[in-house]
Amino acid sequence: MKPRVVIGEDLYLLRDGLVHLLQAHGFDVVAAVESGPELLRALMGERPDVAIVDVRLPPTFTDEGLQAALAARRVIPGLPILVLSQHVEQLYARELLADGTGAIGYLLKDRVFNAEQFIDAVRRVAAGGTAMDPEVIAKLLASNARREPLGSLTPREREVLELMAEGRSNAAISQRLFLSDSAVAKHTASIFAKLDLAPGGDDNRRVLAVLAYLNAARS
Amino acid sequence: MTSRRYLLLMAAALAELAVLPLFLLAVLLNFGLGMIFLLAPSVLGVRRLAQAARRRTSQWSGVELAAPYHPEPTPPVPDYDGWYRMDRTLYKTPRMPAWNMRWKWLVNDVASWRDALWLVSDPFVTFALLIPPAVAIAYGISAPWWLHPWSAPLGLAVAVVSALTIPRAIDLHGRWTRVLLSATRRSQLEVRVRSLSRARVSAVDSQAAELRRIERDLHDGAQARLVAMGMTLGAAEELIDRDPQAAKVLLAKARDASATALAELRRLVRGIHPPVLAERGLADAVRALALDTPLDVTVTIDLPERLNQPVESAAYFAVAELLANATKHGGARNVTIDITRNGTALRITVTDDGSGGADPDKGSGLRGIERRIAAFDGVLAVSSPAGGPTMLVIDLPYAFGTQEDDKPSMPKWKVMVVVFCWATAWLPLFPQGIVAAVFKIIKVRGDDGELVRSWLLALYLPEAWQWPFIAMMIPLGLCLYILATVLPVWHSKKRWIGEATARQPWLRR
Repeated sequence: MKPRVVIGEDLYLLRDGLVHLLQAHGFDVVAAVESGPELLRALMGERPDVAIVDVRLPPTFTDEGLQAALAARRVIPGLPILVLSQHVEQLYARELLADGTGAIGYLLKDRVFNAEQFIDAVRRVAAGGTAMDPEVIAKLLASNARREPLGSLTPREREVLELMAEGRSNAAISQRLFLSDSAVAKHTASIFAKLDLAPGGDDNRRVLAVLAYLNAARS
Repeated sequence: MTSRRYLLLMAAALAELAVLPLFLLAVLLNFGLGMIFLLAPSVLGVRRLAQAARRRTSQWSGVELAAPYHPEPTPPVPDYDGWYRMDRTLYKTPRMPAWNMRWKWLVNDVASWRDALWLVSDPFVTFALLIPPAVAIAYGISAPWWLHPWSAPLGLAVAVVSALTIPRAIDLHGRWTRVLLSATRRSQLEVRVRSLSRARVSAVDSQAAELRRIERDLHDGAQARLVAMGMTLGAAEELIDRDPQAAKVLLAKARDASATALAELRRLVRGIHPPVLAERGLADAVRALALDTPLDVTVTIDLPERLNQPVESAAYFAVAELLANATKHGGARNVTIDITRNGTALRITVTDDGSGGADPDKGSGLRGIERRIAAFDGVLAVSSPAGGPTMLVIDLPYAFGTQEDDKPSMPKWKVMVVVFCWATAWLPLFPQGIVAAVFKIIKVRGDDGELVRSWLLALYLPEAWQWPFIAMMIPLGLCLYILATVLPVWHSKKRWIGEATARQPWLRR
């Protein structure tokens, strides 16, 4: 069965592009709407497998989309949402991750350019994983840079941590960094030891632990 | 302390008394014999004395007594032809026009004449207020105690009471000084106009500079990248049939260029108006800013509503600049940002534990913040001793509503009461009060010889009650009229007194 998608995006060109892109990759676009209230109705009514949402939507052109997504997730916990935006903010990332259930993506709109990676991110979120924009992760790490345990990571471990925080699986990380699976596993174990986190079983719980760790430092 | 003040006041009065004949002579020679060169020194001399009195009074009473003088005229500027024009006369050198302007400045300023009035009267007022208690003390102490056994304690009592009145007398003198020497509404307005035009110029300047910066950034950044992208795409189009592989490489390059252009635009937008600010308002924008700073920032924000956009933006950029300063120069580790509303004012306090030594005069962007917030009457207070901690306070007095409508309009019930009073006050006062009294005094009789009672209630009452009833109706009407006048006055008392001047008393609002 095709995964069902709801799209909330006010720019016609981008909305249309997303519809075509997703349909070409085997998704079923059940609703493509252009305003906050419509989006909320679609999310509640359709209960899609994944929703792609722009932060800024009519009528107020403030953070309508984000608010609609958060409201829908309060009613339907764990509803997979991928938020797209012209800019990324740690503040919004925290709000999205706050309930700790995952199934959240937060990407710059530029990431749509690379269809393959974008579709990968959509699939990951639909499956309950996370997809954080590298820019969010970079900001998170930069603002945590002075904290001690992070300083003790080796450069390679830092790279692994960044990719892990973006929500990638061990397999994806090993492919990205041209490492063997066992090497990545060794690095992640070492990172978890240094950050004093309990090594989690599945990829997703592991990512959430890392993000929670990075966020907690700044509250 | 009282004795010191007493002596100081007496000394000042004596000095004024000594200067007075000189001043009168100078004025006489100036206006009588046309020795106009005497005016400036004499008027300015009196100003010095008056300023000393103002300083004294403000210091003693703790209430600032600002100088009321108009600002000194700016030096004359030559026209394009190099001549100096004043009214309908052209001058070759700036000397005459400058002199004329100075003359006008001194003569046309009401404060000069108020000063003169003060100089003429102050010594006598001082003596009248301060000498009697001193004489009474002296008399009380030196009372001829041998004359009567009671005279000594009585004299002592007189002396003590007189000594106790001296602080009151000094207070009274302060009030008297305030009457003549405080700033007039007009001079306050003049000062305000000056500061406003300065603020306007700097606001316009900084806005223009901002636009130039944006233009330059767009021109060198995104625009140039888009041009390069177009060229790359063109080249790819040419290659695509002959060499698809090379075309693919070019297309990938074009995509990278578009990503870079987008990143640059994002940075630029953040500098113009940060997206979070537009989406969430000041509170969340500052929180987002704090998250992006590598310092430990504690943010406490207590804002009930969103501010209007220009103030929000100014406040945001001020906080951003202060945070950047704390990161770059202060060597701080912990920063506290506190934003609260205080009446119509917005107060932002940024404290850090850095090395201190922030000084607006040494650059570091503090002057820029001052200029930016000056457009909103904002002020920046800096406390940054060497070694820290640094505390910066930004106060935007009219962030929530303007100066003019800081007073809410009257509540409905007050309006109803006022309307009711105006509508009914005539009834007890005229027909039931005054007219009834007149009818009763002159005993108006109708054609049938009966007393005319019409609808005057009092006349229907028993004889004994008629006068008390009338005597009650008249004050009742007066009270209603007074209430109708006083309610609105009470409501806007602050504004009213603020705008009252000697010449235009409290009748106009």
